Amino acid sequence: MEAFLSNIDRVVDGFSWTVRLTLFSAFFSFVLGVVLTAMRVSPVPLLRTLSTVYVEGIRNSPLTLVLLFCGLGLNSAMGLSLADSVAWDVFWWAVIGLSAYTSCFVSESLRAGINTIPVGQVEAARSLGLTFTQNLRLIVIPQALRTVVGPLGSVLIALIKNTTVASVAGLGVQEASRQMKLMFDQGIAPVLPTFVGFAIGFLILTLPTGYFFGWLAKRVAVVR
Amino acid sequence: MSAQAVLFDVPGPKARARNRIYSVLSLLLIASGLAAIYLGFNRTLVMVSSPGDLTNTAIWAVNPSGQWAADRWAPFIDPSTWTNYVLPGLMNTLTAALIASVLAVIFGLVFGIGRLSDHWWIRIPAGAVVEFFRGIPLLMLIFFTMAIPIVMNQVFGLPPAQFQVTALAAVVTGLTLYNGSVLAEVFRAGINAVPKGQTEAAQSIGMTKTQTMWTILIPQAVTSMMPAIVAQLVVLLKDSALGYIIAFPELLRNFTLVATRENNVIPAAIVCAIIYIVINLSLSRLAIWLERRNARRGKPSAKATAAGGAPVAVNGAAATPTGDEAAGAAPSEPRNEPLPDTEERDGRDDDGTDGDGSQKS
Repeated sequence: MEAFLSNIDRVVDGFSWTVRLTLFSAFFSFVLGVVLTAMRVSPVPLLRTLSTVYVEGIRNSPLTLVLLFCGLGLNSAMGLSLADSVAWDVFWWAVIGLSAYTSCFVSESLRAGINTIPVGQVEAARSLGLTFTQNLRLIVIPQALRTVVGPLGSVLIALIKNTTVASVAGLGVQEASRQMKLMFDQGIAPVLPTFVGFAIGFLILTLPTGYFFGWLAKRVAVVR
Repeated sequence: MSAQAVLFDVPGPKARARNRIYSVLSLLLIASGLAAIYLGFNRTLVMVSSPGDLTNTAIWAVNPSGQWAADRWAPFIDPSTWTNYVLPGLMNTLTAALIASVLAVIFGLVFGIGRLSDHWWIRIPAGAVVEFFRGIPLLMLIFFTMAIPIVMNQVFGLPPAQFQVTALAAVVTGLTLYNGSVLAEVFRAGINAVPKGQTEAAQSIGMTKTQTMWTILIPQAVTSMMPAIVAQLVVLLKDSALGYIIAFPELLRNFTLVATRENNVIPAAIVCAIIYIVINLSLSRLAIWLERRNARRGKPSAKATAAGGAPVAVNGAAATPTGDEAAGAAPSEPRNEPLPDTEERDGRDDDGTDGDGSQKS
């Protein structure tokens, strides 16, 4: 255990990338997820089709493939660069890939939330003369968000764990699981304590998130 | 609210005109996005320095050194690519997924029932195991399984060569532990969703706890759990692509091998994505069909979020309903009350005997 603790700065560095990946991807995937949901229920048929095709396509592809496409495809083959240093370049590509993937699950959760809103709410809003955007912004999305706090928490936990896939070839973000693998391979600390240490690190991130969202979901639940 | 059409009025002439404008605008946006992707992979995007360059026909022609050239796609018409790379990869993916599915269902049954045990010394360890494997990333489990020979060496002093872990074993172990833990929660929710009167009736005719579980509760729970189980299998199949990272020759790995050999990353990615999407979409359709069949028969479909305090951390698929129709077909099932049927039946069973008192128990 001492050998693991003497390398604690590497562990902290790994988790700092994990947290950064999570925060940025969570923000972008939430925004994109709301946009996708709005498109999915919009009066414009083309936008509905577009959102459906995007969500169903990305949702059914493995995350590894999505991130490989960002890393090997857009970054290497197309030669697009997002930052000067390699570490931040791959970081932003990983954020794009994770956001593209996670937004589908945010959108699916939100759509499920919209489905729980009583029709009367929307009919009342329409009878008051609210337009589609007003209806969505003032009536539907606020209520839908409150019902999907729990599922969105699950999506966030899945995202925290999915950031480990950003260590794939072509990206290789130095996040926690990659640091763990490097410490295994370099033999600088025994494997078992290293694994337990990193596992505890992830549990510290995931378990409180789960309980917090469980608590929040109960607190903001709409009683119907 | 099931149909999206309630969100807006039937469009009149003005609204139709406005919708047409939005359609055209979004079409333009999609077209420019697709054009950027086309030019980027055609390796001619760099030649565009001003908007005027876009009228130059030379940049739109298929560049022989770009990703769209015909010979980049040729490997996928050649049968040897399919017999040497794609089909073996698909076989490995399906083998890993199939073994892991069976083991995960067994793992889930053991620990799901374990968490429902009356003995704390079974319940608490089972709960700890489930929460642990659900809370840490699958990739870490795979890395750790690969490193088990090193652990054996460090802890027991065994020579590393004596104990080998294949990539397949590592993938299957990781998938089993993670998805098994998620399935354990699904099973727990499904068994909890069986009306309480069933257990009481079984006990009153003298059945033991084991008999009650295996002959009364599990058979009834299985139908309500099927959609969630199938949805989790989609997650499992997708996650088998993580084998790529530890060089397990599954579908994605073999496609990257083709891509490196033929220098055709983009065609390979497109073909690979299509194969995954077709397989997973058919599995998702199966889950929706099962859910709709349950709704038709008036049975609830178990959601893994039903029992625990913390929401289930799946890849997102199992926690969300599977489609428009599925959500629309069961409007009497609000998400926060996954068991309306239970209460209804309890109420009916208890009519005239206990009244309201027993419903709260």
